[in-house]
Amino acid sequence: MRVYLDNNATTIVDPKVFAEMVPYFCQMYGNPNSLHQFGSESHPALRAAMDQLYTGINANDEDDIVITSCATESNNWVIKSIYNDTILHGDKNHIITSEVEHPAVGASCKFLESLGVKVTYLPVNSDGVINIEDLKNAITDKTALVSIMWANNETGMLFPIEEIGAICKERGVLFHTDAVQAIGKIPVDVQKANVDFLSFSAHKFHGPKGVGGLYIRNGQALSPFFHGGEHMGGRRSGTLNVAGIVGMGKAMELAVEALDFEKNNVRRLRDKLEDALLQIPETFVVGTKEQRVPNTILISVKGIEGEAMLWDLNQNGIGASTGSACASEALESNPVMEAIGAEADLAHTALRLSLSRFTTDEEIDFAIEVIQKAVVRLRAISSTYAYAPEWHVSKL
Amino acid sequence: MGKNSLIGGSIWEEYSQKVQDLMNNPKNMGELTEEDAKNMGGKLVVADFGAESCGDAVRLYWIVDEATEMIKAAKFKSFGCGTAIASSDTMAELCIGKTVSEAVKITNIDVEKAMRDNPDIPAVPPQKMHCSVMAYDVIKAAAASFKGVDAASFEDEIIVCECARVSLGTIKEVIRLNNLTTVEEITNYTKAGAFCKSCVKPGGHEEKEYYLVDILRDTRAEMEHDRLLAISNAQIEGHSSVNFDDLTVVKKFQQIEAAIDENIRPMLVMDGGNLEILDIKEGDDKVTDVYIRYLGACSGCASSSTGTLFAIESVLQEKLSKNIRILPI
Repeated sequence: MRVYLDNNATTIVDPKVFAEMVPYFCQMYGNPNSLHQFGSESHPALRAAMDQLYTGINANDEDDIVITSCATESNNWVIKSIYNDTILHGDKNHIITSEVEHPAVGASCKFLESLGVKVTYLPVNSDGVINIEDLKNAITDKTALVSIMWANNETGMLFPIEEIGAICKERGVLFHTDAVQAIGKIPVDVQKANVDFLSFSAHKFHGPKGVGGLYIRNGQALSPFFHGGEHMGGRRSGTLNVAGIVGMGKAMELAVEALDFEKNNVRRLRDKLEDALLQIPETFVVGTKEQRVPNTILISVKGIEGEAMLWDLNQNGIGASTGSACASEALESNPVMEAIGAEADLAHTALRLSLSRFTTDEEIDFAIEVIQKAVVRLRAISSTYAYAPEWHVSKL
Repeated sequence: MGKNSLIGGSIWEEYSQKVQDLMNNPKNMGELTEEDAKNMGGKLVVADFGAESCGDAVRLYWIVDEATEMIKAAKFKSFGCGTAIASSDTMAELCIGKTVSEAVKITNIDVEKAMRDNPDIPAVPPQKMHCSVMAYDVIKAAAASFKGVDAASFEDEIIVCECARVSLGTIKEVIRLNNLTTVEEITNYTKAGAFCKSCVKPGGHEEKEYYLVDILRDTRAEMEHDRLLAISNAQIEGHSSVNFDDLTVVKKFQQIEAAIDENIRPMLVMDGGNLEILDIKEGDDKVTDVYIRYLGACSGCASSSTGTLFAIESVLQEKLSKNIRILPI
């Protein structure tokens, strides 16, 4: 049995999505910007896809949803063009973000810092969420942008986006949210949330990789990140990824249709897995179930290093993740575990399990069994639980 | 960079089969107790290294025959990733049957080599080499505990890169001998910094006492200092073993000024003239341009741009360097 529990990394393409995309590879392969019929025959599907995207996040027709290659591009675009538009030649010099953003936001902000921009990284509490008062206190008349994620990729914790949007609107500050982990998991409504910019990526909600989007509120200026043509109304150059856009539109439609299923069924399976794992002594999960997207668990299993756990799960056909330690080239501990102030001993013990609407009861039962066995095996090896005679002074 | 670094590979694919097997079934995993020690007629030694907060920790147990100092049994417990488990297991295996003094000579490189399937292919990817370092360190801790000495006493030189076991002395020597100017060159020559990269600069996986960037900077500064010292010593002693072209601009100025004072000015002054050096510039082609201005009678003299000029230039070229060019302004 192979069980995929890494849906916050990427998701299976829904076969219905794939079916919609197929004609745009070998049949209707024209460039949509060409005048001839080869070009124009893809237009109805592209328009339909745009309708699906606009409906999916409740955008107005006057707003723009610009298709990009991924959310990393969308996030880079907003942050770097805000720099070009309002910081480089303007009187503002300040950006506010959080300590637990995806690197596409975090590293872009770090880059702007190297250019002299002041960046405030709002801290998070032990649940991994920012304090709204900290945000209010951080905004000054020099603040050009607030960029706060809708849901955290590691913990699944939801941020108070509507409140943040209201504050930014009241204080006259532009607000960007990285909604990559929110779309398809909870309702996302750009009007209610008062966002000026919102990033998303198709492959996180059962669409294809290599296509994403940036929502831009009606009339909001943002200089292009890609120059070179008149695509996307001049906002983003590059030949349209026709199959990708068609697939993303369908994926959005299906994801929105499945939100109730997500809230009930995915949540039920997630809770079943979580409750079973929390029966294991010396484990904890970050954040309450209600404050999280319905599919995510970030669990700390004391005494077991994250990559060792992943190894055992992989040996049994289960794909999961740890943002931590040895799994990455930099060998660092899980940054979110550090940001939430978890004990240092636990920073390397994080295991992220993320479900999708394709996860089944049988898969969860199997995963529970495998994880329980892995914990027994790896804790037997672990020095955390190792015997020491009374005279030994532990240096661990 | 290059083709292989563009699509991030799975580091798991780079583990040898031996590493994978040991991760799945470590042979020497477990504990040894006082009772085990009594039964085997030896002394129980327990040593720790690392910390969970760093992502790696290991506890090593030995039973040592006190008369012969032979390690009769070794077991380990480890908090860490799979390669940390496999390295610890191999380390314990290598200890068995050795004396304590022999065991402290086991290095992390011995541990890594013992895990290879093919003698020429590393058992683990570069960023995992530090796992075997921990295995090496815990042996020293155990030996220190057994002998009642400090673990540092087993180390007779300062190790900068623990993964590749490269000492401070070696790194400084290759920088000097090969005139290295970048950290990448140091890595190419010594392998230092090629693995977990903690020793390259601050901010890596582990905090270090010495970083390659600092060693390079300091050694380059020492080399520059030595070079200048050699030049000034050569001048004090009055022999011209140092090539004029290698001197600093200031030294060149001093030498040109001295040569003019000795060989040229007396003649010019006799005719009621003189010259001053306005500037010295070094070109890319090793040519040193000396800008001069004639003073007094020389300033209007017809030969100042012909005969006198050639005389000045040839004296300086003969005394100092062929690469001197005089440019009157």
